[in-house]
Amino acid sequence: MIRSELLKTLYPILEKHFVVCNIGLPSQELHQLGDRENFFYMLGTMGLSSSIGFGLALSQPQTIVAIDGDGSVLTNLGTLATIGNNTADNYVLFIVDNGSYGSTGDQPTYAGGNTSLADVARACGCENVVECQDTEGRAALQAAIDSKQKTVIVCKCESGNIKLPVIDTDPVVIRHRFMAALAAANA
Amino acid sequence: MSISDKLVNDLVANQIEFVTTVPCKQLGGVIEGVDKHDAIQHVPCNKEDEGIGLCAGAWMGGKRPAIIMQNTAIGVTVNTLVTLTQFYRMPLPMLISYRGELREPVSCQVEMAVHTKALLDQLLIPTYHFHQESDAAEFDTILKYCFMSKKPVAILTDANFWGGY
Repeated sequence: MIRSELLKTLYPILEKHFVVCNIGLPSQELHQLGDRENFFYMLGTMGLSSSIGFGLALSQPQTIVAIDGDGSVLTNLGTLATIGNNTADNYVLFIVDNGSYGSTGDQPTYAGGNTSLADVARACGCENVVECQDTEGRAALQAAIDSKQKTVIVCKCESGNIKLPVIDTDPVVIRHRFMAALAAANA
Repeated sequence: MSISDKLVNDLVANQIEFVTTVPCKQLGGVIEGVDKHDAIQHVPCNKEDEGIGLCAGAWMGGKRPAIIMQNTAIGVTVNTLVTLTQFYRMPLPMLISYRGELREPVSCQVEMAVHTKALLDQLLIPTYHFHQESDAAEFDTILKYCFMSKKPVAILTDANFWGGY
């Protein structure tokens, strides 16, 4: 399956949690599946989904799922060392690894070549690293959340995109409603 | 009280509970103070744009953040400052070592110093330059201004402020 199909299988889990979603098509696909206040869509800033999500997980107790891509993680590879060296057992990094830069036209990434992000994550000190195929992604995500342990999931899927409109919700609205929902959950 | 202790105390007094840092000799005393203080969660980052991402998350999670960095990294933070911190309207105090200013011993640092204020000005980031130790008296007010305005705010601290490099 391609990323949009994978996200569709994850949606029944994602809708119940606080999610930071990567720039471009991943956010547009999640938005299309069902816009929710507990979703923080990144409208820019490639590479920082894992970092924003980790800052959230470090600062409050709700489970945070950061959806990232292999190409985006490659632009911010140091994030895996930060994740591997700090404690936040309410954090799940779900890397959609389709071996390509999807939003820019499916140019190949090094993760689709010789580079294993799962091995990099392990070498960075991340103790719970799960490699899985697209059909196993939903079960892996649920298991990671249930484990209440910081987990990095590298989920392989096919390269490919569907055509979707950009998200035109004001960024301050996205941020404000996300913060309000999170604060309410922690109240 | 040392100037580093004063800056750390001002961070704590302004309920700043999450600080990310990259190493710096001039800001070493502040970084050490942040690391030791029980009221602050110190999460070192590998690169400043990563750190700003962590700060964005921490603030949305309910903790006031700050980043401690050098001016040499302004360039790698431009996209993050404008498309994350400013676009989503988030506060971010940036306590910055102003390398390449008066009393700087390393000539290469000057090359970035001459662009520092122009870049911050272009980004419409309120910027304060601490040159004398007494300038630190404004730090508390600057932090309050930052969280009131929900903007990134830069505090440049040069070698003269630190009593020489």
